[in-house]
Amino acid sequence: MSFEIIASSFQHKDIEQSQLRRTLKCGAIGGGTVVALCVFGLINQFMERWIIENLLSLAHAAFIGITLTVGALIAIRSPKLSPAARIFQGFLVGMVSGVFLSILILIMATFDIRNMFVSLSPKLLMFLSYGFDPYTACAVTIIVGGVLGLIGAAIRESPPWLRKPLITGLATAFFIGLFAELLQLAMQYETVDPIRDYMFTWEGQTLTGAITMFVLGFVLSLFWVMRGKQVMANHRAKSHASQRSIRYFLYAIAIVLFLLFPMAAGSFFGQVLMLVGLYVLMGMGLNLEVGLAGLLDLGFVAFFATGAYTIALFTADNEHLILLIDRPLTWWEALPLAMFASLMMGLAFGIPVLKVRGDYLAVATMGLGEIIRVVVLSDMASPLLGGSQGLLHIPRPWIGDFELNDPIHLFYLTLISSIIAAYFAWALENSRLGRAWMAIREDEDVGQALGINLVNVKLLAYGLGAWFAGLAGAIFAVMLGSIFPHSFQLLISINILALIIVGGIGSLPGVVVGALMLIGTPELLREFGEYRFLAYGFVLIVMMRVKPLGLWPSAVRKRELAAAAEAEAQMRATSGQKA
Amino acid sequence: MAILEVDNINVYYGNIRALHGITFNVDEGKIITLIGANGAGKTTTLNSISGILAPRQGTVKVFGEDVRQIMPHLLVPKGVIQVPEGRRIFSRLTVDENLSMGAFTQLDKAHNAKNRERVLEMFPRLRERINQIAGTLSGGEQQMLAIGRALMSNPKILLLDEPSMGLAPILVDQVFESIQDINKTGVTILLVEQNAYVALQIAHYGYVLESGQIVLEGDAKTLIDNEDIRKAYLG
Ligand SMILES: Nc1ncnc2c1ncn2[C@@H]1O[C@H](COP(=O)(O)OP(=O)(O)OP(=O)(O)O)[C@@H](O)[C@H]1O
Ligand SMILES: [Mg+2]
Repeated sequence: MSFEIIASSFQHKDIEQSQLRRTLKCGAIGGGTVVALCVFGLINQFMERWIIENLLSLAHAAFIGITLTVGALIAIRSPKLSPAARIFQGFLVGMVSGVFLSILILIMATFDIRNMFVSLSPKLLMFLSYGFDPYTACAVTIIVGGVLGLIGAAIRESPPWLRKPLITGLATAFFIGLFAELLQLAMQYETVDPIRDYMFTWEGQTLTGAITMFVLGFVLSLFWVMRGKQVMANHRAKSHASQRSIRYFLYAIAIVLFLLFPMAAGSFFGQVLMLVGLYVLMGMGLNLEVGLAGLLDLGFVAFFATGAYTIALFTADNEHLILLIDRPLTWWEALPLAMFASLMMGLAFGIPVLKVRGDYLAVATMGLGEIIRVVVLSDMASPLLGGSQGLLHIPRPWIGDFELNDPIHLFYLTLISSIIAAYFAWALENSRLGRAWMAIREDEDVGQALGINLVNVKLLAYGLGAWFAGLAGAIFAVMLGSIFPHSFQLLISINILALIIVGGIGSLPGVVVGALMLIGTPELLREFGEYRFLAYGFVLIVMMRVKPLGLWPSAVRKRELAAAAEAEAQMRATSGQKA
Repeated sequence: MAILEVDNINVYYGNIRALHGITFNVDEGKIITLIGANGAGKTTTLNSISGILAPRQGTVKVFGEDVRQIMPHLLVPKGVIQVPEGRRIFSRLTVDENLSMGAFTQLDKAHNAKNRERVLEMFPRLRERINQIAGTLSGGEQQMLAIGRALMSNPKILLLDEPSMGLAPILVDQVFESIQDINKTGVTILLVEQNAYVALQIAHYGYVLESGQIVLEGDAKTLIDNEDIRKAYLG
């Protein structure tokens, strides 16, 4: 077999050369990533986290995963080679990756460079070299790398009925292990105790649990690969009515599961989902401004703060309380006030930036947002707004005699608010006002020339966008029970903008997807501390390269891309003709 | 009867004077053309009429009303609409969406549908491409769309800024024929052009603009035969 490879490589000398470069490049990607993870200190963190208890840490999993991936990558990128040769390339790539890591091991063993790179600790060296002396460790690393690369390429080359179940099985076991702690938190019921104890200890996933999960993922996926077409065909053969009823039945199950999930999973999940919900609300608001009307806004957090402070001022029983009647207002009574105050704040915010366009708008709105935060912090406003001490003792909302005091209750409150707000956002998008926004986003001057009142339309974008944020702020205030100026940093505005871009600017479902990605996931990975944000930045960059229109792009954006592709194809065709 | 009166306007960009006392009238139902070379002040004149620019001295009246008293976006419901220079269509939207944007001020749906039909009859090429992204239309089609979009607003007077710009001669003829057709349906037209020859062929009356001043005016027929114009514009 190896003779074949060598023979074929002689026949295609030119290809072979670029193949070498390709192999080195893939290896460098893998090796570089691994080394970077070490240098940034992620591996130190990952070492502490078991995927399979006392056997496989997240650090191991990361090495294995990365090497498998580059092995598969080279197999994909070498379509001209025979399958055996591709698998062999996987081996080479894995070894190249191993060489990178070996060099790091040697450097760490020879020099003390901790002054420069804090994370390159003796502990890390121990971990990387498995207690071997450095030279043996290097040899082992390179060989293990090669084998993993080979396996990666082999998985890629195996027939779909094997490949898909394998990947699914591995992924299942991995994610169950990664979220072991959260899953255990969610499984605090006597009925599921045996399952929990079978699968997890407080340290992590058990080996038996991991194997079970792998087999489960494997079998389910295998079933789908083998029988999936059949099942779908059977489904399609049924009458339309029964097809539809099956679909609705599945939707209903999905919705019920989603609704029950936080209740079953406990308050931690409730809290995370609620935060996601708040960002969805704000995302929908900012989407009106940025996505529909094309008005960049980096001061959005000001509206959120307005909602929160209004609630605090009218409901919290402290010296800052504003009495409209002889008692503090309830949350429900103060809610309309909060939304109204945010709306007014939005309008007021819009006036000074009416004539500002494009990039300058981002800077101007950022400035406005900061001004508002600084004013809240100032001595001048502190008799009313409490300065940096904030406003405390904000009571929870009540429904009759029932106090919404659990994060899960507040999650449901957020959910219902989001659904209502989403309906509003959708209705606005399809209204005459929505069309006006679209027109000024595309071309402000022409919009005006067609009879659009720029002043009204822009102010409405700010005002209505702010309205959503006010609602979110009102819920946020009762979630925390007390509010401080430092809860309303610029970072929040940036996050909201990032999430609507990642979701797909101008797209309503995109807001939800973006919030889950950028707000939900980091919350679940809280224990990795500041490293979350490293991943966050990384994900943003990769996302924008791979899916420049966002995860769930709006129709207009999709068309834009299609049109651009078409234009490019046309250009190629014409330049081809000329040549 | 003059439905548009421009009376001795002076327009400045900062300290630079772009228009030096321009005066002219547009009579109802006519095609009036304003011809001039690059930088003569044609666009400046149109923008002063549509309220985008405010003259420092002088007045512009549409239907006897001073445009300074009218907010720019309210000119459209009054029946004045400008087709801006360089066919600024909404290039990411479809042809159909562009047309419906043109009817923004028109709330009567049935009437809009009729209007749309009329536009598509006038420009059959737009009908064929009704769901195409406007940015992918050819230059001529884009100009047709820009004019069609303006017609959706039910104008009484149409301000056209260099509709021939960047078009092949055969397309220029097509577009100008359409302009004549529009005029026949009773829409008054103020046509700003560099291409004096085609403009004067369809216009009733013309003004020649040079460095912000009107240097010559007359019936289109006489202007076409004028020696100076022949030299300067018709080659
Ligand atoms: N925004 C502006 N700021 C400063 N000067 C301007 C501005 N717009 C136009 N001008 C100047 O005013 C004069 C008239 O310009 P205008 O755009 O009206 O010319 P035009 O006749 O429409 O020319 P073209 O045929 O090239 O469109 C020119 O000298 C131009 O440089
Ligand atoms: Mg011009």
